[in-house]
Formats: sequence, structure tokens, C-alpha cells
Amino acid sequence: MKQGNMKARGRLGPGAMYHMMMLPGILFLLVFSYVPMVGIITAFQDYIPAKGMFGSEFVGLKHFTYMFKLPDIAQVVSNTLVIAIGKILLGTMMAIIFSVLLNEIRVKYVKKSVQTIVYLPHFLSWVVLASVVVNMFSLDGIVNQMLAFFGLENINFLGSNTWFQPLIIGTDVWKEFGYSSIVYLAAITSIDPGLYEAAGMDGASWWRKVWHITLPGMLPIILLMGVMSLTNILSAGFDQVYNLYNPVVYESGDILDTYVYRIGLVGRQYSFGTAVGLFKSVIGIVLLMSANQLAKKYTDRKIF
Amino acid sequence: MSYSANFKERIGRFVIYAIVIMLALICLLPLWNIVAISFSSSEAVSANAVGLVPVNFTTAAYTKIIDDAQFWRSFGISVLRVALALVLNMILIILMAYPLSKSKREFKGRNIYMNIMIFAMLFSGGMIPTYLLIKNLDMLNTIWALVLPGAVPIFSVILVMNFFSAVPKALEEAAFIDGANPLQVLFKVYVPVSIPALATVALFSIVGTWNDFFSGLIYMTKVSNYPLMTYIQSLNVNIADLLQAGTNSSELSNLTEISNKNLNAAKIVVAVIPLLLIYPLLQKYFVTGIVVGSVKE
Repeated sequence: MKQGNMKARGRLGPGAMYHMMMLPGILFLLVFSYVPMVGIITAFQDYIPAKGMFGSEFVGLKHFTYMFKLPDIAQVVSNTLVIAIGKILLGTMMAIIFSVLLNEIRVKYVKKSVQTIVYLPHFLSWVVLASVVVNMFSLDGIVNQMLAFFGLENINFLGSNTWFQPLIIGTDVWKEFGYSSIVYLAAITSIDPGLYEAAGMDGASWWRKVWHITLPGMLPIILLMGVMSLTNILSAGFDQVYNLYNPVVYESGDILDTYVYRIGLVGRQYSFGTAVGLFKSVIGIVLLMSANQLAKKYTDRKIF
Repeated sequence: MSYSANFKERIGRFVIYAIVIMLALICLLPLWNIVAISFSSSEAVSANAVGLVPVNFTTAAYTKIIDDAQFWRSFGISVLRVALALVLNMILIILMAYPLSKSKREFKGRNIYMNIMIFAMLFSGGMIPTYLLIKNLDMLNTIWALVLPGAVPIFSVILVMNFFSAVPKALEEAAFIDGANPLQVLFKVYVPVSIPALATVALFSIVGTWNDFFSGLIYMTKVSNYPLMTYIQSLNVNIADLLQAGTNSSELSNLTEISNKNLNAAKIVVAVIPLLLIYPLLQKYFVTGIVVGSVKE
């Protein structure tokens, strides 16, 4: 009898145990991810902290109609898109070019050292790198000294609405191109070397080999990464922008996340901020679903 | 003909090496400049004379940091939060990845859990509802606000889950026949063979937590509770404000920004040292991690 019991328990065992293992993590997710989702109700209220979520008055879509009437929001969405798309396009191009060039480096210690250096900025926080960028691009920084050397006019990169977006895009590419190239380098090394030998025998030049073998060989991974980056299209990089911008360049530098932070959190317009945040999340998830469909269709992989 | 082809190829090779090395220098030199500034005298820094070699070499900035109580307080908070987050993350990742690596048949309910996780990864309540939650839980100004919201790194769970599902079934079956329960199987069979994957996600956790300044910014209302990156960020803000106020400005920025520049540079260098110490590990595991992570799932 006792043994039969144990057996039964043993058979029941794994399943129950699996649930037990999931429990702590799921509880954390429920509290810290799902409760805030319920908190989205705030966007449809005039939230007053003292009254709480259940005591505050419901106002329907008031904050959304207000949001779409503000000239701010069009500007902020357009800044977000320009910065994010710029980063995706330039960053991908740069990473691809770099991986193709790096693959040509045959001297092992040069290759290793270069990799060690170019991956480094990825691991540093924008808090740290913002100081580096300010140091380089401020009015008396090295970049302006170089401009002066060539007889060009000084540029106030950090205080100019013309230059702020290119600065954000450029410095992000600088931080990430090395690290992003890892995936592409892996893709190149998996290309059949026989193809290069055959092309070499036919007298193909380096350019032609890159164009007709390397790039087509990388295409699936390029497409996959491209599709995946669609998910970032509304996240233009809070950390970077927040650490580099200032009121003079709000016009060109404000992105959805910094806007929500500044207006909603610092300005304590909790309901309005939540509404803008929800706007972002909803568009984000629609893009993600489309990206997933695209990935399935063109790369026979799914993102999730 | 063949001579010229050979010559052309050599030139080409030289150009490629030159470009690649130049790109590496573009990554390295701006960082190195900060190190040089941190070892230079304030006068040299204000005169904008520091390039790659410290001018009037001095460790004065570092000596100043030694006595800076707030710096070390923030440093300690960061170390503590990294330690707490690492322990919590690893326990939850391991516990969740194992059952999730089972098939739907082996673990009824697996897909429900998976959907809960994926939805939480795709959609979020956003910045303000999360802030209000932390506030209503009375966690503002506590270390828990820096640790608990990120307790389950979903991407890492999925990465380890993929790794676990590639572990040969025979190992597990043998252990079950020996009378082990799932928890023992997990820690005696799966964990030991998954060290590379676990190291990868552990490093994700360490780097992410150490570098995060945002939770400190929104959840800590007192500077004395700031983790290190938030503290350093607060120094930057002052500079940016002054720069901004100084649209008319060289005097203003001369006054304040520059006199602190070498001190701030030294603080940044010290804040980055912990990452540099684990950088060899990072390189070893992140590279495999990112390749495995992006190719699978």
C-alpha cells in the first residue's frame, strides 16, 4: 500500500514539481509586469495620487484626444522614428561592412585585439559614454578643434537642432557596430569556403566575391536582424538621449520615452503620461506582430 | 600581369588593415582620452591640453575620490544590487527554464506559462504605471526597487530554456531511474552541463544591473540612495545644464564644468573598472551567447 502510494506520487511528482518551480518567477511577473498593465486604466482617468486608481475619476479618452491635438506628439513621434530608423539602417550597414572587412584580417593577434576594442563600448553605460561624447563634441572638444584646423566653422553639436539627431545616430552606431558585427561575422564563417575557391579559380576579384558570395550568404541573417530591429522602432534609446539632450534640443531630440518621463513622471501628469506610454506600447506590439509575420514569411524563422 | 595582380592584392589588403585598425582606434581613443584627463592636472584640463597622454601627471583626482563618501556609498549600493539581482535572477532563470524546456506532453500547462512570459516581454504597462506600483508598494528609496522589478529576465530564461532542451534526454532518464526528483535532476544534471549558457545570462545580469541608471533615477528620491550610475549621471546633468545655460557661454562652462572635469573623469574610470575586470569573461561568453541566442528560438 505504502509503496503503491509512493509510486503514484512519483508519477504525479514531476508535473506538480514543475508547477512549483514556475511559481516564484510567475508571481514576480504577475506583480511587476501584469499589475502595471492593469495600471493602464490610469490613462482613462484623471489620476490623483491621494485618491488612488480606484478613487480617481474616469474621463474616457480625454487624454488621448488631448494628446493628438498637441503639436508635441507629432514632433516627438517623428523624432523617434527618424532616430530609430537612422540607427537601424546605418548601424546594420556599418556592422555588415565591418564584419566583411574583419573577416579579411588573417593575422590572429590583430583580429583579436581589434575585436576586444570594438566590442568594449557596447558594455559601457550611456551614462559613461555621454561624458565621452560631450567631451568630444562640445564647443572646445576635439571634433571642433579638427574643424577649426581645416578652417571650418565651429558646430555646437549638443545645442543645435540640425546636428543633434545625426549626433545621436552616429554615436549609437559608434557604440554598437562592433558588437552587432558578431552575428554577421558568424554568418560569414558559416559560408562554404569551396565557393570562394571556385570563384578564385574563375578569376573573380575580391569585390566580386564579396558581392556574389559573402553578401548573399549573409542575407538570411541580415533579413532576420532587420525584421527583429523593427521591434525597436519606437524605442530610439532613452538612456542615450536622456544623457545627451538639454532643453535647447528638445525640439529635435525628444523621443517618446523621454517625453513620457519628462511630462508624465517629472511633470506628474500621470494619466497623460500613461496615455502616451500606452500609445507607444500598442503601436509597438502591432509592429512586433507584423515583424513576426514578415520573419515567418521571408526567413522561415519566428521571433517568438 | 601576375605581378601587378599580386601588387594590387597587397595594396587592397593593406587598405583593409588600415580601415579596420582605424575603426578600432576610433572606438578606443575617445575612451582613453577620459583616462588621460583623469590623470591630468585641473589647469591642463581647463586649458584643453590633454590628448592621449596625461599632462602634469597627478593622481589628485583619485585621492579626492577616496574621501568622497557619496561616491563610495553609491558604489556600495551598486555592488549590493548587482549581488542581489544576480542571485535572484539566476535562481528564477534556472527554476523556470527547466520545466519550460519540457514538451507540452511532459509538462501540462507549459504553453500557458510560456504565453504569460512572452506577453510580458512584448507588452508592458509602461513607465508610469510601473512607477506608481513601486510607489504604492512603499519601495521607493529601498534597494528592492532596484532589484525586484527585473527579477525575471525573460530573454535569459528563453536562452537557458533552449540550452536545456538540447541536453540529451538519456542523462535525465538515468537520474530518474536512480530515484532523483526533478529538482535534483535540475541541479545535478542540467546545471553542471549548462555552465556556458548560465555564465552568459549571469553576465547579462551583472552588466545590465551595474549599468542601469534609470531605476535609480525614478525610484530614488534622495541622492544618498543613488546607485553609482545614477550618481554619475547626476554629475553629468549639472554639466549639461550649465552648457545649456551657456548658449552665451564660455565663461560659465569654464567656471564649473571644467574645474570638475578631471574629477568626474576619474569617477567614471573607477565606475568602469569592475566591468573591465570581468571583460575577458564577457568576451568569452557573450559572443557565444549572442550567436546561440539569435540563431535559436
